[in-house]
Amino acid sequence: MNRESSGYTIIYASVMVVIVALGLAFTHQVLSDKQIANENTDKMQQILRSLNLEVTAADTQNKYSELVKNAYLVNDEGKRLEGTEGITPDDPAFSTELGDAQAKGLPVYEAEVDGSTKYIIPMSGTGLWGAIWGYLAIEADGSAIYGSEFGHAGETPGLGAEIVTPHFRNQFQGKNLFRENEFTSVAVVKPGQTNTRRDYVDGISGGTITSKGVDDMLLNSVGRYKNFLMNLRTANQ
Amino acid sequence: MALSSKTKAVLLGPLNKNNPVIVQVLGICSALAVTSKLEPSIVMAIAVTIVVAFANVIISLLRKSIPNRIRIIVQLVVAAALVTIVSEVLAAFAYDVNKQLSVFVGLIVTNCILMGRLEAFALGNGPWPSFLDGIGNGLGYGAILIVVGFFRELLGSGTLLGYPVIPQGLYDAGYENNGLMMLAPMAILLVACIIWVHRSKNKELQEETN
Repeated sequence: MNRESSGYTIIYASVMVVIVALGLAFTHQVLSDKQIANENTDKMQQILRSLNLEVTAADTQNKYSELVKNAYLVNDEGKRLEGTEGITPDDPAFSTELGDAQAKGLPVYEAEVDGSTKYIIPMSGTGLWGAIWGYLAIEADGSAIYGSEFGHAGETPGLGAEIVTPHFRNQFQGKNLFRENEFTSVAVVKPGQTNTRRDYVDGISGGTITSKGVDDMLLNSVGRYKNFLMNLRTANQ
Repeated sequence: MALSSKTKAVLLGPLNKNNPVIVQVLGICSALAVTSKLEPSIVMAIAVTIVVAFANVIISLLRKSIPNRIRIIVQLVVAAALVTIVSEVLAAFAYDVNKQLSVFVGLIVTNCILMGRLEAFALGNGPWPSFLDGIGNGLGYGAILIVVGFFRELLGSGTLLGYPVIPQGLYDAGYENNGLMMLAPMAILLVACIIWVHRSKNKELQEETN
């Protein structure tokens, strides 16, 4: 058959596309269970890191079930939604994404570390090149930060991507989200600058837009939990 | 197994006198993007080597049946399929590495070296030489990436593979990391320095000047 005829070309292209599509679909099907398990482990690892714990992927499952006592959804008023409790990947708190418009509520994880309860909430925002996200572990008083964890889709290595380093994350420990009963969140400022109105941490030199993204994320994502955190404050005062 | 001199030239040429980055000046875009740290440079070098080698083999096997008019499309589909498979496998078995490279794995498709080798070599040669050609070019590209990544991480962050190597005493004496090294323009200056050294050692590569 003539290799340059239109008929051959069209058949060649169609057959090739079908074979490639089948091959990719098959690969995805075979690997997807493992990928989903990896994603769940990764999420648990992030939650544990917000509690200042660095665990290997193999230990994650055990450590997670040991520390995380409860998880549930809360509504905008900060009230717990009945029937949403459960910490496994199939339960609503784990599978709900913060930015999801269909979500019934906002996920909250309760962990017990050394006898005291920490509340872990997810965050999501935008950096310079794409999405950034994180988890914030808050003390039972609803204001002091116990630990934090950040992740990003594709910030610049060495600049914006530095938000994942302990050096940046650990600065948040002990900062307060509330000042005089007013939700102020924690500001991320240029290194060397200060902020008199809010608690603040140093941003990343050369990663100004990512730092600003973290600042906005802390204000907006955590802001959605304002009432939940207020309820914690009143309950514990 | 002894390699014939022709096979040797195919495999080792790209490491020196026919280097894709510093002689042919291909693949510069990703050389700038991923080299601010050493680790992503190494993983990227491995990923590109694997993809170029296997894409070369597949195109070489198909070379007698590909209609000339759509050959670029066929190459692109093969390259894209391989890159997708690599990224799926990484997501299943090396989740952390995959997360670190994020978009750059997908961007291997647009790497000029990949399409260049498919078009220039695999279409006209058998599967075995094509495989060696892919390995050679991947390594030639990777070597430059690793050298650039080494210097950028060392001078820009004072670390190598994330471990601090500059002694604290030097910082106390007033040494500072060079933040400029983190920015893409410094990668191109480093590549230029490598080209300078390379050309002064290989006089036959120097262009005639009037």
